[in-house]
Amino acid sequence: MNTKVTESTKDGEHVCDCSRRSFLKLFGAGAAGVMALGADPARAAETAGRVRGEEAMGVLVDTTLCIGCRCCEDACNEVNGLPKPKVAYQDDDSLLEQHRDTSPTAFTVVNKYTLGKGVEITRKQQCMHCLEPACSSACIIRAMEKQPDGAVTYRNDLCLGCRYCMLACPFDAPKFEYSKASPLIKKCQFCFERLEQGKLPACVEACPQEALKFGKRSDLIQEAKKRIHDSPDAYVDHIYGEHEAGGTSWLYLAGAPFEKLGLPQLDEKDYPELTSGAMATVPTVLLIWPALLAGFRHFALRRQEAHEERSKRHV
Amino acid sequence: MKKLIRLLIGNPRKLFTPFNLISGLIVTVGLCLIAFRLLKGLGAVTNLSQTTPWGLWIGFDVMTGVALAAGGYTIAATVHLFGMEDYEPLLRPAILTGFIGYVFVVLGLVLDLGQPWRMPLMMIFPRGVTSVLFEVGMCVAGYLTVQALEFVPAFWEWLKWDRLRQFWSKLTIWLAIIGVVLSTLHQSSLGSLFLIAPTKLHPLWYSMYLPLFFFVSSIIAGLSMVIVESSLSHRLFAYRLSPSSHFDLDKLTLGLGKAAAAVLYVYLFLKLIGLAEGARWDLLNTPYGHLYLIELVGFVALPCALYLIGVRMRDVRLVRVTGAWTVLGIIFNRFNISMIAMNWQVSPHYVPSWMEITVSLALVTMGIWLFRWLVNRLPVMSEDRPSVGSNTLEDLWAQTEKA
Repeated sequence: MNTKVTESTKDGEHVCDCSRRSFLKLFGAGAAGVMALGADPARAAETAGRVRGEEAMGVLVDTTLCIGCRCCEDACNEVNGLPKPKVAYQDDDSLLEQHRDTSPTAFTVVNKYTLGKGVEITRKQQCMHCLEPACSSACIIRAMEKQPDGAVTYRNDLCLGCRYCMLACPFDAPKFEYSKASPLIKKCQFCFERLEQGKLPACVEACPQEALKFGKRSDLIQEAKKRIHDSPDAYVDHIYGEHEAGGTSWLYLAGAPFEKLGLPQLDEKDYPELTSGAMATVPTVLLIWPALLAGFRHFALRRQEAHEERSKRHV
Repeated sequence: MKKLIRLLIGNPRKLFTPFNLISGLIVTVGLCLIAFRLLKGLGAVTNLSQTTPWGLWIGFDVMTGVALAAGGYTIAATVHLFGMEDYEPLLRPAILTGFIGYVFVVLGLVLDLGQPWRMPLMMIFPRGVTSVLFEVGMCVAGYLTVQALEFVPAFWEWLKWDRLRQFWSKLTIWLAIIGVVLSTLHQSSLGSLFLIAPTKLHPLWYSMYLPLFFFVSSIIAGLSMVIVESSLSHRLFAYRLSPSSHFDLDKLTLGLGKAAAAVLYVYLFLKLIGLAEGARWDLLNTPYGHLYLIELVGFVALPCALYLIGVRMRDVRLVRVTGAWTVLGIIFNRFNISMIAMNWQVSPHYVPSWMEITVSLALVTMGIWLFRWLVNRLPVMSEDRPSVGSNTLEDLWAQTEKA
């Protein structure tokens, strides 16, 4: 399936082209009568899309450097106009002990994972900015969208509030404003407006430990590999997000297995692929069903006629 | 004026029956809760959370509602496409049940959406073409229209607009075909919705065959609902059957039971193939596994056998009881997939609040009211053959008076 990779695109201009191509392929697959779920041409198109993500920007989170100071939380809330964290990071780090989740008013949180024998790992969590985001493919009006620079952004002027993105996201990144009469989805948007201005994401800029490294995703993977290679005792030999759910723009390094750090174990298959096969049968049904049904009716009428003729003859 | 009121509410003296009082209470409380939800947001009324974004209003009002409203397309296909015209007397009530079902599916969805006033946006700017939910939305909107067009001849007959009624007959086949196509698409797509959550839906229910399961089981739901609904409405609304309509409901019920047995048999084997393909036999002997087995044995294998026995012994009562049991099974299956086996590893697990339950019950009750109201006025239980002259308000009133 890698043969299609060569025709991938290098810049943002071709993004639309890509989705149009994948649509055409879906249609083609359907028209060819691919009733089987999981059509291959669709997968090839998805692969082409993934390479686009490789060229995009990402962040490498090295949890071995994180000290749980929660400066990233502070910076994030400030930049996004969210209420200040109730307990400031300087005052109290008991907050780390509770397992907090991101929320409509906190797009990133740091949690501490105690792994016995005094091993404590703190991990920042936020939207992973998947290369092929489940939320975007699931969105009924595509309010969630993968930008060429890597961010998965959200258009609050389109969202219907159906919350299918929340069901689709394996990381539970999108959060919903349940207490509002006119609620929206909230999540980390990779400071896309700051990126456009050439600035760093707020959390990356605020991190005093350089535990967050911003850069081109392919470079970050090289960097991560180098770090694992240079100090193999400090890390498990795995970059979380390199392949999970088809790859994510945010990547994690850690000294302990990732499932112990609250990250789900996921297949390498990207999420849009899970439903693209079923969607590919839509044109097939639209084309074949009416003809088939009309055929049924024709046979039914024909049978009736024959029956009537026969009974007439017998009379 | 007095006559108009009579047309709207019937005989005021017959208004305060026990059923009306209890259902009136449910609807009143439900409407208050709906107002509360619209003012204060979903969090004030529902037990939904950041990990459980879909609850009873999707799991019951939408998932189960659509499945149970499948009688319309199932019987339309039987009569108009497979040429079994003896089932025609069941068609109009089935279409009305389906249409009302879908109206309340949409109402339930409106309550569940964060920004329901943007629903038209989705159709005007069709951006989400990769989304299963988009497909469901478009098909439900389309099918709602088709059902309205399929039912509207009852109005023409009521108004005695014979020429329009005759013209409409030409559309019947096309509406039936479009209805089956749209139903195939969205009934199966309700299952496809969950394909995107392999880590969240319990492995015994998660299957690549989910769309197929949902489609096939919707046929079962449609047939069983028609068995139950026809037996109830022919008892409750017997006075609305026109004297000229003579058909043997028992015979039709047995026929539907036979079809349901066959489809259940197919469904049982599809489920077994899905189980084997998932190869998670180890999970069968867990609490969730037991739940799965109850569904598979108690609500698929058992009704299949009971339908068969009922048809062989020509025991209409057994077929009807099995119909009701199967309807329960469909509800159980949709609940399992959308709520119980969904987010199975999340604790505490989602349980709907009493307010969510009341709102859902209120919607169903209003559906029943609407069904009763229309059946008592329009020619639903049996068609009105075209006659001469147009109905005056006087005639209409006389009709309702009889009812």
